[in-house]
Amino acid sequence: MQLGRHFTFRMTGFRKLLILFVLIAVAAGLYRFVFGLGAVTNLSDEWPWGLWIGFDLLCGIALAGGGFSTALIVHVLHKDKYLPIARAALLTSLLGYIISMVSLFLDIGRWFNFWRPFFYWGFHSVLFEVFWCISLYTTVQVLEFGEIFFEKFRVPFLQKILHKALPFLLILGIVLPSLHQSSLGSLYIVAIDRLYPLWWSMLIPFFFVWSAFFLGPAMVTVEGTLAARAYGREPETPVFSSLTKVTLVMLIIYLIVKIVDLVYRGVLGMAFNGSFESNMFLIEMSLFIILPIIMYATPSIRNRQNGVLIASILVVVGVIFNRMNVVFTGMAKAMGGSYFPSIWEWALTIGMWSGLILVYCFIVENFPILAKEEHAHGSSHSVGTGFNA
Amino acid sequence: MSKGVLVDVTRCIGCRSCQVSCKSWNDLPAKLGEFSNNWDSPGKLSADTWTNVNYYIIEEGDQLKWRFVKKQCMHCNEPACESACFTHSFVKTKEGAVIYKPTDANKDYCVGCRYCMIACPFGVPGFQWDKAFPYVLKCRFCYDRMQEGIEPACVTSCPTQTLTYGDREELLALAWSMINNDPRYVKHVYGEKEYGGTSWLYISDVPFDKLGFRTEAYGQPVTQRSIPSLTWDVLKWTPYIFFGWGAVLTIMRAYTKRRAEVHDESELYEPVDNK
Repeated sequence: MQLGRHFTFRMTGFRKLLILFVLIAVAAGLYRFVFGLGAVTNLSDEWPWGLWIGFDLLCGIALAGGGFSTALIVHVLHKDKYLPIARAALLTSLLGYIISMVSLFLDIGRWFNFWRPFFYWGFHSVLFEVFWCISLYTTVQVLEFGEIFFEKFRVPFLQKILHKALPFLLILGIVLPSLHQSSLGSLYIVAIDRLYPLWWSMLIPFFFVWSAFFLGPAMVTVEGTLAARAYGREPETPVFSSLTKVTLVMLIIYLIVKIVDLVYRGVLGMAFNGSFESNMFLIEMSLFIILPIIMYATPSIRNRQNGVLIASILVVVGVIFNRMNVVFTGMAKAMGGSYFPSIWEWALTIGMWSGLILVYCFIVENFPILAKEEHAHGSSHSVGTGFNA
Repeated sequence: MSKGVLVDVTRCIGCRSCQVSCKSWNDLPAKLGEFSNNWDSPGKLSADTWTNVNYYIIEEGDQLKWRFVKKQCMHCNEPACESACFTHSFVKTKEGAVIYKPTDANKDYCVGCRYCMIACPFGVPGFQWDKAFPYVLKCRFCYDRMQEGIEPACVTSCPTQTLTYGDREELLALAWSMINNDPRYVKHVYGEKEYGGTSWLYISDVPFDKLGFRTEAYGQPVTQRSIPSLTWDVLKWTPYIFFGWGAVLTIMRAYTKRRAEVHDESELYEPVDNK
C-alpha cells in the first residue's frame, strides 16, 4: 500500500486484525473519557491501580529498558559491534514510552489536569520525579529519533543543530531513564507494611533499575529475532550471544544483592514459608533469574539462535513477572478485596500493544532502522565476533 | 497548636450519630444499603462516606465484648498522601487537618492518579469511580469549622463523650493518665507513634489488633517512622545521581571515543524491504 509519495505499508490479514484491535481500544478509550473509570474498569478503592498501571506502564517502561542499556553500551562505551541493534533498541524504547504515556493518560481520573505537575511542584513525591523524567526522556528519544528521520527527509539546518545537541542528549538519555527506572521501584517504598517483605525493601529502586538494565539486551534479542523472522532475515545471533555476557554478570549481581538484602532484613525464611507469595517469589527467582544464568553461562546454549532466544525470553518474562508480583501478588493480602481486569481494560491493553506492533512495522519498513543485510552476515568490519550466524 | 481527637473506644455505644452529622455537615450523598449480617453500615470508608463505625465482637473466655470503633482519616503528623502527591494536592495544615486542595481550598491541581490511595497506610482516601471527572475524597477534619474554632461535627454529635477534641499534645497526656489510672485499658495509645504519629488517637480496653487496627505487619510491628521520611531517604539522592552519573558517563564516553573508530552511521542501516 502506497501512503503518499514517501511511505509504504503492506497490508496483511494479521495487520488488519491488529488494526481492528486498535479501533476497539479507541472506542473503549472514548467511552472511558465520557463515563469515567468506574464504567470501564474493575478498579476500586481497595485496588486503585490495575492492569494499565501494573502492566502497560510499569512493564512498558521496563521493556523499553533496551533503549538506555544499548545507548550506554554502544554510544558511551563505544562497543561498535553492537551498532547493528542500536536503532532498533531506540525505536522499541520510544514506542514503549509512548504506550506508557497513553496508558497513564487513560488511567488518570482528571486527565485535563495532566500538565499540572509541570507547574505545581510536589517534589517530595516519587511520582514527581517519575513524571518529569519520563516526559523529558520521551522528548529526548523523539529528538534522537530525529537523526534517523532526517536521513530520509533532509533538512540541513535542523540536522546541524541536532547533531550538535546529540552528545548532550545521549548522556541525558541515559541519566533520565536510570533515575526513573529506579523511581518506579521507589514508588512502592510507601507500601511499607503492606507490600510483602520479599519484595518491599529500601533497595527496591536498585532492583528496578538494575533489572530494567539487564532486561535491555534480552529484550533486544527477543525483538531482533522476532523482527528477523517476520522479515525473513538472518537474526544477528553473534551480537545477541555476545550481549549475554552483560546480562549474565548483571543477573548474578542481582541474585546476590537480593539474597543479601533478604538476609539483612531477616526475611529470607519467608521465601520458604509455603504461602502463595513465597511460591511466586521462588518461581520468580528460580525460573527467571537462576535458569537464565545457567543458560547464559553455557556456551552451547547461548551461541545457538534458539538457546539465546529462549534464555532471553525467560529474562523478559521474568521482569514482567517481578513487576506483576510487586503490583498484585505482594499487595493482595494487605489491600483486601479482589481485582481482575474487566474486558475493556484488556481491550485497551491489547489495542495499545497491537498499535505498537503496527507502528514498529511501519517505521522499520520506511526508515533506516535495521542493519543492512550484508552487515548482518558478518562481512562488515563493524559486526561479527568471528563466526557466522 | 496542632489539634487532635482522642477516641475512647470503651465509651462508644455505636449509635452512628457521628456518621449522620458527618454526612449532613459535609453534604455527602447517602446510599440505600443492602442487608448484611452485621452492624457495619456501609462498612467501609469511601468518597461518599468519610467516617464509619465498625463493630467487633470479641470473645474473652466465656465473656462476649461488643466494641464499636469510629474510623476516619487519621490525619497523620506527616501524611503519606501529602508526600505522595506530585501536585501537592493534599496538605497538612498548621491546625492539624489534612485537607484536599481541589475541594477544600479551591485549587484544582489533582490529576486523579490515585497514588495517594496506594500511599495511605490506613487505606482512607476514596475515589469517585462513577464520575467522569472524579475527586479523591476523605475526612477533612471539618477544616471549615476548625478555622472558626469549632470542634468537628462528629465530636459535637457524640452523645457519650467518646470523642474529645483538643490540642494533640494535651490529648496524648490525657490518654496516658487515663490508661495509667484505669487497669482496664490496654497500655497503648494507637496513633501516638504509628507511622510517625497521627492527630487522631485511640485508647481501648481490648487489644487494637482485634479492632481492625494494624499493629503488626508480616510478623513485625508496624513502622514508627513516617512514610514521607522513608521516601525522602531515597529521593534526596536524585540530584547527586543526576549530576554524578551524568559526569561519569561523559568521562567514559570521551575516554572510549578516542580509541574507537568513528562510523558514518547512515551507511549502516536501511529500511526493510517488505514488498
